[in-house]
Amino acid sequence: MTQTEVDGIVKQYGAKESAILAVLQDIQSKEKYLPKETLEYVSQRMGIPMATIFRIATFYNALSIKPRGRHKIDVCMGTACHVRGGTKILDKLERDLGISVGETTKDKRFTLESVRCVGCCSLGPVAVVDGEVFGRLTQDKMPSILKEFK
Amino acid sequence: MKIQTKSDLEKMREAGLKTLYPKTTKISVGMATCGLSTGAGKVYEAIQKEVEKGKLPIRLSQTGCIGFCQREPVVDILEQGKPRIFYQGVTPERSSELVHQWLENKVVEDLLLCKMEREDWIVDGESKDYSILKIPDGMDGTHHYHQIPFYSKQLKIALRNCGFINPDNIEEYAARGGYLSLYKALFDMKPEAIIEEVKRSGLRGRGGAGFLTGNKWESCRKAKGDRKFVLCNADEGDPGAYMDRSVLEGDPHSVIEGMIIGAYAIGAHEGFIYVRDEYPLAIQKLRIALAEAEKTGLLGDNILGSGFSFKINLFRGGGAFVCGESTALMASIEGKVGEPRAKHIHTTESGLWDEPSNLNNVETWNNVPVIISRGADWFSKIGTEGSKGTKVFSIVGKVNNTGLVEVPMGITLREIVYEVGGGIPDGKKFKAVQTGGPSGGCIPESLLDLPVDFDRLTEVGSMMGSGGMIVMDESTCMVDVAKYFMDFLKDESCGKCTSCREGTKRMHEILTDITEGRGTIDQITLLEELGWVTAEASLCQLGGTAPNPVLSTLRYFREEYEEHILHKRCPAKVCRALLQYRILPDVCTSCGRCAKVCPAEAITGKQRTKKEKGKPFKINPQKCIKCGMCFEACKFKAVEVK
Repeated sequence: MTQTEVDGIVKQYGAKESAILAVLQDIQSKEKYLPKETLEYVSQRMGIPMATIFRIATFYNALSIKPRGRHKIDVCMGTACHVRGGTKILDKLERDLGISVGETTKDKRFTLESVRCVGCCSLGPVAVVDGEVFGRLTQDKMPSILKEFK
Repeated sequence: MKIQTKSDLEKMREAGLKTLYPKTTKISVGMATCGLSTGAGKVYEAIQKEVEKGKLPIRLSQTGCIGFCQREPVVDILEQGKPRIFYQGVTPERSSELVHQWLENKVVEDLLLCKMEREDWIVDGESKDYSILKIPDGMDGTHHYHQIPFYSKQLKIALRNCGFINPDNIEEYAARGGYLSLYKALFDMKPEAIIEEVKRSGLRGRGGAGFLTGNKWESCRKAKGDRKFVLCNADEGDPGAYMDRSVLEGDPHSVIEGMIIGAYAIGAHEGFIYVRDEYPLAIQKLRIALAEAEKTGLLGDNILGSGFSFKINLFRGGGAFVCGESTALMASIEGKVGEPRAKHIHTTESGLWDEPSNLNNVETWNNVPVIISRGADWFSKIGTEGSKGTKVFSIVGKVNNTGLVEVPMGITLREIVYEVGGGIPDGKKFKAVQTGGPSGGCIPESLLDLPVDFDRLTEVGSMMGSGGMIVMDESTCMVDVAKYFMDFLKDESCGKCTSCREGTKRMHEILTDITEGRGTIDQITLLEELGWVTAEASLCQLGGTAPNPVLSTLRYFREEYEEHILHKRCPAKVCRALLQYRILPDVCTSCGRCAKVCPAEAITGKQRTKKEKGKPFKINPQKCIKCGMCFEACKFKAVEVK
């Protein structure tokens, strides 16, 4: 991300302490993660120590300092999904993609994450791929869903 | 147009009535997250295409969720002089049929959910009668909305507009009585009188703690400070509870109106809505609603010409459960890490940036306009002695009718599970209902006749929380559930207090041991001890209530723990390490489906062909990874789990 782009984001929220989460989220949604050099520039630009920024970047689940894949799969691990077999969906994805939760496939196609409830409890088990919610899942439905995400 | 007078408000209401009940046929598609996840977006497009193609005299609209999420996508059709009808499980393929049948005065019978002849406007106590003159063909057996079991026991105050208005249209909100309470509050009531009314209504915070809302407002009003803040907690973190999402997506103005009334009563001029990151659609709907409210002068400077000014900022959370806790939420808004602090001084005196701050959750704010409009006397007649009004529950898990239900406080769990929820699917046996999220507990069958309110749920070791109700049947393992919650809490503990950080981790380790067959009987005592320390020595309620899922399952389901420990058996057949899969040779038809789906190539046999009979398939236990794919794939129930 260029410094001008960061400047634009900072300008939108203001260079104040309370804007840091919003700024980081915007960078995250554009870059899919928080690159170190971008964070260093944010630190300098907003006058917030790098240590503080790093602490925030690692505290919130929505932020990541590790690069992610082109598509993000969030498998819901809410209580309702859990009792209806959400773990089996996650296991299936781990097996098929050959990665563990939190990891990215070698071809950078998918990052697999678990999320604590997306609020679609009546349709569990649920997974979200790039923001699109899929409900009433079974293990055998997963391959055809992932096919749509190249 | 800026709304400055009561007649401006009336004009806005009339404009809304025109789109709510247009002269032409109106088709509304439920497009909250639950609808979208089952394909409501594609249904909307399909109907739109059909309407445009045939230049049909139909107005297409979107709305929120009507509560019966399981039956999504839900589509309703409204035409003057006819009953309003609700379709369920609509697919893009069948959308055209549904539109054209209606134009021929017919309905698609197999998709009908229910019909409606009038709707109640809860805010001003009026109702809209559809004055039915003509009934479409094929509706003889259709049940009335108010008579089907899912809706018959419900009283919708918080969910009053969800599924009935277009959330992006402020005029439609006004049409059903919206912003009238704000007018009444600003011009006919003094701040003290508003607080008195809310106090007398007996409204208690719907977010979990159940603190009396009026008392909270009063202490914030009395607190000394230059700036005061009014905040809305929309960081609905309890897994299994999603009523706030539904309200924000389907009726965002109700929350905004409640907050403005609260701010006026407290004397605040700035507010924040803290929405969790996992609810992108709610954030989008709120953005639109806030802009609309500002544009019409219902939010911002000199609201309705009253001289009172109030601004609301939208704050997007970062995906941390602990930020639902009041002090952590405030720290997060300040730009700090969302960690709680000790509350020796209440946040109503020293909260956000050390100024007096009043925090209520979405459902609480949303109840306020109704209390102002209908009065405390009306509101306090609903509910029980200590818990007034209604509560929205999300009834989910192993139950036939899943969705959001709003019922008067005091209804029994049995009524919710068996009448509204329609009982347990597949003829299985009820085991427990989990309430209160990770801070709550599991309630067994013997307590099903318990009236549901704040105090009674706490008495039995659970809590109301934000209203999630997860039904569990005989195939749910209670030790696994306890482990699930501990896994959740150990991840979400912010780590500030050792007791919570280490306590949840150790409890999780012990529960893992038990579910994997390494448990010992004295570990139960250790669990109870750890639970006590975690609860007593932690600063905030995350740690304070963390042991509840373990302690309540130990209290009511101790024999399941013992079964795991002593006999290395999981009676619910959930804990994988203790399971064994086997194919019953007498039942196996040698179709070979199981072998095809098995990811571990653990199943072998001889598949039958047209000529040959084939041989029953077998699972190699050394290779089996116990994923359950064969069990799910077998159509003949030949796979046995032990």
